[in-house]
Amino acid sequence: MSRRGRFHPSQLFESLSRPLDQPLLLILLALLAYGTLLIESAAPELLGRQFMNIALSLLGMWVVAFISTRRLLALAPVFYCVGVALLIAVALFGTVSKGAQRWLDIGSFLRIQPSEIMKIAMPLILAWFFHKRENSIGWWTFLLAALLLVGPVYLIAKQPDLGTAILVCASGFFVIFFAGLSWKLIAPCALVGVAAIIAITTSGNQLCQPDVNWPGLKTYQKERICTLLDPGRDPLGKGFHTIQSTIAIGSGGFTGKGWKQGTQTHLAFLPERHTDFIFAVLSEELGLIGVLVLLGLYMALLARGFMIAARAPTFGAKLLASATTMVFFTYLFVNIGMVSGILPVVGVPLPFISYGGTAVVTLCLGVGILMGIARNKPER
Amino acid sequence: MKTLKEPDGNTGRFYIRLLVAALFVLFGCILLALRLYSLQVNSYNHYLDLAEGNRIAMLPIVPQRGNIFDRNGVMLARNFVAYNLEITPSQIVDMEKTISALSRIVDIDPKDRQRFYNFLRDNKRLESAPIRTRLSDEEVARFMGQRYRFPGVDVHARLFRDYPNGTLGSHLIGYISRISDRDAETIEERGEEANYRGSMHIGKSGVEATYEADLHGITGHEHVENTAGGKVVRSLKSEPATPGSDIELSIAIELQKVAEAAFGERRGGLVAIDPSTGEVLALVSMPTFDPNLFVDGISSQDWNVLNEVGIPKEKLNKPLLNRAVSSAYPPGSTFKPFMALAGLNAGKRTLTQKMVDSGGFAYGGHYFKDDKKGGHGLVDLHKSIVVSCNTYYYVLANDLGIDAIASYIGQFGLGSRTGIDIPDEKEGSLPSTAWKRKRFAKYGREHQKWYGGETISVGIGQGYNAYTPIQMASAMATIANDGKRMRPRVLRAVIDSHGQRQEVPPELVSEVSGKPEFMAAVRRALEDVTRFGTATRAFAGAPYRAGGKTGTAQVYSLKGQKYDKSDERKRDHSWFIAYAPAEQPKIALAVMVENGGFGAVSAAPIARQVIDAYLLEKPVVKPVPEDAGAEADEEGSDDHPDNDHGNNEARVGQRGHTG
Repeated sequence: MSRRGRFHPSQLFESLSRPLDQPLLLILLALLAYGTLLIESAAPELLGRQFMNIALSLLGMWVVAFISTRRLLALAPVFYCVGVALLIAVALFGTVSKGAQRWLDIGSFLRIQPSEIMKIAMPLILAWFFHKRENSIGWWTFLLAALLLVGPVYLIAKQPDLGTAILVCASGFFVIFFAGLSWKLIAPCALVGVAAIIAITTSGNQLCQPDVNWPGLKTYQKERICTLLDPGRDPLGKGFHTIQSTIAIGSGGFTGKGWKQGTQTHLAFLPERHTDFIFAVLSEELGLIGVLVLLGLYMALLARGFMIAARAPTFGAKLLASATTMVFFTYLFVNIGMVSGILPVVGVPLPFISYGGTAVVTLCLGVGILMGIARNKPER
Repeated sequence: MKTLKEPDGNTGRFYIRLLVAALFVLFGCILLALRLYSLQVNSYNHYLDLAEGNRIAMLPIVPQRGNIFDRNGVMLARNFVAYNLEITPSQIVDMEKTISALSRIVDIDPKDRQRFYNFLRDNKRLESAPIRTRLSDEEVARFMGQRYRFPGVDVHARLFRDYPNGTLGSHLIGYISRISDRDAETIEERGEEANYRGSMHIGKSGVEATYEADLHGITGHEHVENTAGGKVVRSLKSEPATPGSDIELSIAIELQKVAEAAFGERRGGLVAIDPSTGEVLALVSMPTFDPNLFVDGISSQDWNVLNEVGIPKEKLNKPLLNRAVSSAYPPGSTFKPFMALAGLNAGKRTLTQKMVDSGGFAYGGHYFKDDKKGGHGLVDLHKSIVVSCNTYYYVLANDLGIDAIASYIGQFGLGSRTGIDIPDEKEGSLPSTAWKRKRFAKYGREHQKWYGGETISVGIGQGYNAYTPIQMASAMATIANDGKRMRPRVLRAVIDSHGQRQEVPPELVSEVSGKPEFMAAVRRALEDVTRFGTATRAFAGAPYRAGGKTGTAQVYSLKGQKYDKSDERKRDHSWFIAYAPAEQPKIALAVMVENGGFGAVSAAPIARQVIDAYLLEKPVVKPVPEDAGAEADEEGSDDHPDNDHGNNEARVGQRGHTG
């Protein structure tokens, strides 16, 4: 009971939380909590920093949720241009780390990864683009959209950062897809993809010979795909990650070995266990049950995303919401796929779970966008 | 491409797409769930095994090998810890460069290098191979200071086997050596790979091989949790190794020393047995070798020396051959006491029956000569043994027939393995009609047929007869023990790691049939051999009474040439079998000196020294001069059956088959 009357804390909380879509917020908090539980097991020394990351991300999400979708879309060209400029800067003066040129050092201590900006900027610019031409969408619209997409993706893939390139590409592609890209164009692309997969799986041995170059892919990217096809070809080298994560998952069984009891995790067999391979920690320690809980949370998140998209007031908001939702799916599918050995190893974190500031911030900004759209639904 | 202008068109299309996307997402999630179900439920056991295999490594704890003692507690084989410099080849890029760099820190001579490469060649299962063994403390310190420069090279504490007595009794004690690929196969066949995980050595010969199972012990293990890098995190559980049992031999190493010294440079074998128990007191094969050479891998130089590479066949000394158990020789006249017993017990001779030896025996157109010109005159059984009369046994053999001889004498264990606990025992050959059929099964019928003339030479221990020194010693011990044949054994007791001592009880193999008074009569004759007979000189002045019999076995068919003493390798083998003291025999032995000439000259004096050493307080140890008593005393001129040319021819034919 407060005597301040008007400034009742619950009212303040209500006004602050009004823009937040409550189902989405609950799911998000559940996922983040689940993630910290796993980080506590995999890398307890990083838990404090992860809480900082999460706090920062939630703040970012909250801010973004206040911004109206219309204003956000209007800002899209600015974000996009800044992002592209930074990507070019990275290509010219970027810092090389771990064999890739992804980072831009600003001053002596701040280091940013511009490709991460594109994960947000790309769906925004395309949604803005289609929204602007809502009534005159023609084949040239799709061509221009494709050009907007291809440039940054090319720059990111060249860094090289296949994981981010895939995510940025997916985010753009989903906008184009939802905008109505002709099935006639999708079908051949799908066919080419299927054909490529069949070619690799049937004659992978020839294609994986060291002297065979794959157009558009670096040798290490080719190696990853080849290793996926046959992890045993390099069990202690490039196949090690996949083999050990598969063992971790499989040995977890139905109920898991228990929290903090994973032998693969705790005896350092599992690489990148608190970042990209945290799903293996979950599977090993909490078993299939833990995995299904996670998949359930994700499906709830995606379902809520689709609902928001369906109820979005404008075409641009619909495109943005649906594409953002699909990006979440891309994250989780690529990550779980690679950790469980059905997709090649690319650097994609498990959304909302993996340790890492950038990924959590970006993802939560995505959730913020969804919440912003949800706030503007036509009923209200 | 159709252009859509209506906003509803866009929105309507969007909802369809959203539905497609939702289905796509659902499909993707189901796909992932199925994949995880298959990994975590269907293949759970498979991956669990893999994870356990990742995690838990079993490190063997190698048991300490048991020691070997003689009957008086003298150490014959023991262990000590020393440091090895070992290289793990899989971690080395340029082996030569690494070794040269190492040689600047510790001494590595070409012999070490050679041995190292031999290891790599022969022992592919080894993870690391020693480039230097038994580093000095200073060398260890020097290397440890430079260790960081040599990934894949490390110092390991290893248990070494040491044979403190060097060459003494080397055939008997044997040696251990690195487990070769072939040994590894044998171990696998016996299903003992688990027990040998981590073991570096295995007994290869002698007692070290026979009692490998006792000496080796039981390997323990430690289950440890490993990281992916193979680093041990913690020990989960461990089962300590059970050290190998100590072994006490019946050998008296001092006696062995006397025996080997008595041989001097000569080649041959000697086995001394306690007749009442079968315990082997000394087991000599000359020349000997140093078993220590084998322990950490023999260098090729040493190997070539021991295997006499480049030495012509007729000059080989074969130091690795265990002449006491693995080599059979015709027994010569040492066969006669057994023949005498066969004749008496078959009723073909009586103790008083006399015959006239006029210098030989004519059979089938051949004249089998006695070595004494004109013969020994009137000879009874007693005299036939004392003076070693050939003619008596030519006739007796003829009267008995080969199969009667074989079946009776077989009871003494001649021609079959005694079962002594030393590897590679040979059977020898006790000829009979059945034996010849079997022996020449691969040849024509003609070769398998037994000829009467062959029986005649068997009667004096020639022909197809061939026995090992252990067989002769055991047979002598059987006479000394009133016909009770005890299993000869070198193991006296096993003392396990808790100090529990388990004695090996004497084992009666069989009792020779026949009347005790015949046995007693033959023993009286044997005792007179050392007093009035062929071994008089060798036993002159002995303060005990001993029974004995000399033997001279033909090695080389003269084919009409004159017997030439100057070519050492063509000389006869010299035998002596004996027991003492006569009243209550405590030792029975067989001595065989290769190319030693007359048994009375070479073998008997060795026997005398050994018996003296065993029975007397203060024995005199000195090598018997090689030609001592070369001008043998009248009666010591032992039988030399090759003087008769006709007889010789018949035997040349036989030798052609026996090789």
